[in-house]
Amino acid sequence: MFGNLSERLVETFKGLRAKGKLSAADIDSTLREIRRALLEADVALEVVKTFIAAVRERALGDEVSKALNPAQQVVQIVQEELIVILGGEARRIQFAKNPPTVIMLAGLQGSGKTTLAGKLALWLKEQGQTPLLVACDLQRPNAVNQLQVIGERVGVPVFAPEAGNGSGNPVNVAKDSIKHAKQKQFSVVIVDTAGRLGIDEELMKQANDIRKATDPDEVLFVIDSMIGQDAVNVAKAFEDGVGITGVVLTKLDGDARGGAALSVAQVTGKPILFSSTGEGMDAFEPFYPDRMASRILDMGDILTLIEQAQKSFDEQEAMVMAEKMAKDAFTLEDFLEQMQQIKKMGSIKNMLAMMPGAGKLKGQLDNIDEKEIAHTEAIIRAMTPKERRDPKILNGSRRLRIAKGSGMTVTDVNSLVNRFEQAAKMMKTMAKGGNPGIPGMPPGMGRAAMPKQNKGKAKKGKSGNPAKRAAEIAGIEPPKQGNSGSSFGLGG
Amino acid sequence: MFWRKKDKAATPAVEEVIVQEAEVIAEEVVVAPVEPTIIEELVVAEPTELVKVELPKRNLSKGFKAVFSRIKFDVENLDDLEDVLIQADFGVEAAEEIVAAVKVRAKKNGSKTEAELKAVLTELLTEKMSRTDAALNLDSGAQPYVILVVGVNGAGKTTTIGKLSNYLVEGGAKVTLGAADTFRAAAVEQLETWATRSNSEIVKPTVEGQDPAAVAYEAVEKAIANGSDVLIIDTAGRLQNKQGLMDELGKIRRVIEKQLPISEVLLVLDSTTGQNAMTQAKAFTEVAAVTGIALTKLDGSAKGGIVYAIQDQLNIPVKLVGVGEGIEDFGFFDAKEFAIGLVGEK
Repeated sequence: MFGNLSERLVETFKGLRAKGKLSAADIDSTLREIRRALLEADVALEVVKTFIAAVRERALGDEVSKALNPAQQVVQIVQEELIVILGGEARRIQFAKNPPTVIMLAGLQGSGKTTLAGKLALWLKEQGQTPLLVACDLQRPNAVNQLQVIGERVGVPVFAPEAGNGSGNPVNVAKDSIKHAKQKQFSVVIVDTAGRLGIDEELMKQANDIRKATDPDEVLFVIDSMIGQDAVNVAKAFEDGVGITGVVLTKLDGDARGGAALSVAQVTGKPILFSSTGEGMDAFEPFYPDRMASRILDMGDILTLIEQAQKSFDEQEAMVMAEKMAKDAFTLEDFLEQMQQIKKMGSIKNMLAMMPGAGKLKGQLDNIDEKEIAHTEAIIRAMTPKERRDPKILNGSRRLRIAKGSGMTVTDVNSLVNRFEQAAKMMKTMAKGGNPGIPGMPPGMGRAAMPKQNKGKAKKGKSGNPAKRAAEIAGIEPPKQGNSGSSFGLGG
Repeated sequence: MFWRKKDKAATPAVEEVIVQEAEVIAEEVVVAPVEPTIIEELVVAEPTELVKVELPKRNLSKGFKAVFSRIKFDVENLDDLEDVLIQADFGVEAAEEIVAAVKVRAKKNGSKTEAELKAVLTELLTEKMSRTDAALNLDSGAQPYVILVVGVNGAGKTTTIGKLSNYLVEGGAKVTLGAADTFRAAAVEQLETWATRSNSEIVKPTVEGQDPAAVAYEAVEKAIANGSDVLIIDTAGRLQNKQGLMDELGKIRRVIEKQLPISEVLLVLDSTTGQNAMTQAKAFTEVAAVTGIALTKLDGSAKGGIVYAIQDQLNIPVKLVGVGEGIEDFGFFDAKEFAIGLVGEK
């Protein structure tokens, strides 16, 4: 029926060439396709409108990446923004300080609450919890029975004092279940409630009463990933009527694009915690925003393309950088640029992986603290351009000023400058064909006297300074290179 | 209405007609437009064998909610109509198409005021969605009529069956239910509850997790043996991209057809479903030859606009509409009611 977004975007890409800045026309033609794709994925119209406006604004301000054509760049921005809305990182279940932790499930009829209750119970059980399932859906014929069967399947006890089918008071059941759980020392109570319509005030009040009676730590809103435009109304109704703390997306094993995830996340501002992905009781997993973003736009292949383009671009940059290093023209400005690039890419690992000689040290890459990049960046930004180009002019008073300006200490500044010097020199050596990754290689012959002095220090562990760490990880261990006596007499 | 052979319970059928007349007067006639053609056909085909059994009338205008609460509807804002239709799940393509058609017709008719434009839209939607095959296929005389009910998980299959069964029983039909959803926990029990409520027979699996095709086969045997007018077979919810489960549905269908023709394959669609409903309709039609759609949960805030595109593109009529959890909360789809309800015009 419809070509998918990737196909249509390829059409849009034709005829577009990279320019200095994204033109409004480039952006709009791409965004028209994106808008349509989002609507076809069932993202609510109002959410689409806000979203497109935000992307447009960001795209207009962005410098064009040399690697991507304008349309590709817009797509990349869209992908990033989608992930932001869907939640950068999946939140975990909040457990109560004093057990039992109470988790209440709410949602429309047929969204998959009862099945989900079983899956959640099994998952919690596997994590060493002792869950109790509570049958508060006394509305739907045999819902209680269904929960009992499910409880049996996953080996979790079910609290079901009422037979259901329209009789019994779910609020009382909920209240009693907490007492029961405390008595029998269950660590988690999962309350299954009746499916209700957003516009049914009576049932919504009942859900609210259950909430008040149990004071749950989590109220999970269970929503079918196939839901259409109504997702917004439903989510709002549940947010206003019951108040939710998180979202669970069900039936993700189907082929619906699941735009509802975006609508719900945007409208409620609540994180999506889990996704339910199949008939089996173990078909349950934490929610992955990046996967969902790609799924909604149905453009996995385009993203791969962009990734590849980006990668080759970075390799190109790395080559230029290596050349600079070789010519001893590597300055703090370049260093800063690298930092920014690292930040843009999201991971220092990517950057380091591209640097010569770093390949074999992949294991160590995991130890990098990304936050320290920000500190380093702050220090460099507090320098004047002249200082950045020529760190040799940094005297005591300049260093003090930089420390104050960046909110760091003089020691931090010293440390950075020192490590930068080392890194620069090592890189120079490396670029000239030395192999810094191999211990014992003496590239800086003239300074052979220094290594001993440094060895002891290096053993203390990894430097707190990212630049140094980066250098270390890249296989440029200062002691072995023997050049750590900095130009300022502060290092080593 | 449905048709049954004359030699069977002819007298009660006549009574039913009388009983139902009161309701006919009280409520709006829903199925009326399609009646004449059917009668003619049948009179020609089997004039002596069949007798018409009138079924209760249902009015469900409460299920169709207006979409125009937010925008001003006039000539300048006609493009906003597209947004409104998208929000009712019509889909981008159908929405664009409808707006274009409204523009053309409004220009031709010289319609300018909000009321005039709404009339144009209502007319257009009614025309596009009216069909002659929107009634249940219960007129071939090949009893028991078999209705196979299919759909994704949680669409409302079992509830729809309960309501439909109750409705047919109220109209004097003898109904048997086949519990071929042997997968979901307590699905059989749920159907059994509905069988009790609607005074119909039920055929259950003899062992837990029995092959659903086997249950369907037994249900057909039993329905023939107990002289049922209608056999409704429930199946497990399945997502349309699960090939194995879809194949299973094909098998159920073939097994039934060994003994009886299937009169109706109803695809139950949750009206809150968005564009994926189209994919569902396509996939289920492929394996199970869907003959009609039951649109459920219209009592919520969802508009179910996707059925427009489904009728249009796949040529499958919407037949039933579900509007709540009560046994009476159901009725037949009527294009005009749908259009009027949606546009909110008196």
